[in-house]
Amino acid sequence: MSMFFAILVRDMRLSVRVGGGALMGALFFLIVVVMMPFAIGPDLNLLARIGPAILWLGALLATLLALDRLFATDYDDGSLDLLMMGRMPLELAVAAKAIAHWLTTGLPLVIIAPVLGLMLNVEMRAMGWVALTLLAGTPALTFIGLIGAALSVTLRRGGLLLAVLVLPLTIPVLIFGVAAANAAIVGPAPFGPPFTILCALSLASFVLGPFAAAAALRHGLE
Amino acid sequence: MAVIDLANPTRFINFVNRALPWFAAATAIAFAFGLVLTMNAPDDYQQGATVKIMYIHVPTAWLSMMCWGVMSVAALGTLVWRHPLADVAGKAAAPIGTAFTFICLITGSLWGRPTWGTYWVWDARLTSMLVLFLLYLGMLALYWTAEDPGRGSRAAAILALVGAINIPIIKFSVEYWNTLHQPASLFRKGGSAIDPSILWPLLIMALAFTLLFFTLHFAAMRNEILRRRVRTMQMMQAQELAGAQT
Repeated sequence: MSMFFAILVRDMRLSVRVGGGALMGALFFLIVVVMMPFAIGPDLNLLARIGPAILWLGALLATLLALDRLFATDYDDGSLDLLMMGRMPLELAVAAKAIAHWLTTGLPLVIIAPVLGLMLNVEMRAMGWVALTLLAGTPALTFIGLIGAALSVTLRRGGLLLAVLVLPLTIPVLIFGVAAANAAIVGPAPFGPPFTILCALSLASFVLGPFAAAAALRHGLE
Repeated sequence: MAVIDLANPTRFINFVNRALPWFAAATAIAFAFGLVLTMNAPDDYQQGATVKIMYIHVPTAWLSMMCWGVMSVAALGTLVWRHPLADVAGKAAAPIGTAFTFICLITGSLWGRPTWGTYWVWDARLTSMLVLFLLYLGMLALYWTAEDPGRGSRAAAILALVGAINIPIIKFSVEYWNTLHQPASLFRKGGSAIDPSILWPLLIMALAFTLLFFTLHFAAMRNEILRRRVRTMQMMQAQELAGAQT
């Protein structure tokens, strides 16, 4: 277990230090959300209605953009080979990397989401709920993206291929995330069912993601 | 000859060379029967003759899902036994599945125009079919970008299995998101809601499309085996040339 935490701490340190780009995702999130009113128009009523959807889309794209770094740098400097040869199960190592990745790129998105929600005229009382849906849903995005990151690193291709592979798989998360956020703001549907399904998606991808990613690395890099 | 002998690529090619004409003939006969039955099937009292689109639309929809099933089974063969024939089967199925999904979307859209008054609506079944199409395109993109066929096949196998787990979830969530399409009417409790005069042509057409799938799949597998042999020969030749020059 100490190895697990060692990898977790190492990855978090790497991402907050120079060249890590931990807050780049949050910055991208900010820019995407700011771009939206330029495309849609400054109508505050309209923005309030589609605000949760914009926040969710922005979070999805920001998570996706950061996924590229998950394995690519470790592959380049050879530490991925060490992880694969180590005594620790690769599934656990991959899970540690994904958790560290979420803590440094997913969590900042959740924290700045209420501020961005203000700019989109999302109601004050609903802001906490929207942030809660992001908190419950972004781990699913990271862990589904983990599979895509592992696949694309074995093919030595990142970027667009990763997006093409991962985006269709994240549709359920987007649907239930936006449904829960909308239920919190406008109703009339209850908040509970979509939110619990969102949590279920996160937990399921937490199990599936590391196994599939470890299998992809084992079969791909040999 | 036992079925297991077919696992040898050379024997498989011999088998395909002998069996393919029979499969093609069976496909042609099934299509001939199916199309005649389709032409004679009664028109819908509301939709008129446009209901005949169903005889192409529904079988391609079934096959687009069956094809992912074939890819998932092939994926198990690739990952568990590392069998080259399983690689080939998975790779050959991907473009066929994409084509069936595309035909299903196009015929659905053409059917929707006279029936719903629009080519495209964001309803649950159309949308989940579109997502399936996107997953197939992702699979093709994976094969395109892989330089080494073995490595590409293993990556595609992982994606096929992840997709097999995810497709029901996507279908469920898209249905939650929007339900406007009529619910499934053939496989449901209390038997089929379709009149036998329409059901029989539909089943014959489904059989015809399934035979078409196997014909195309076997031919594509044979071509892929031959393509890999050509690739290996070219690499050996290049190696010989390089050896001669030094």
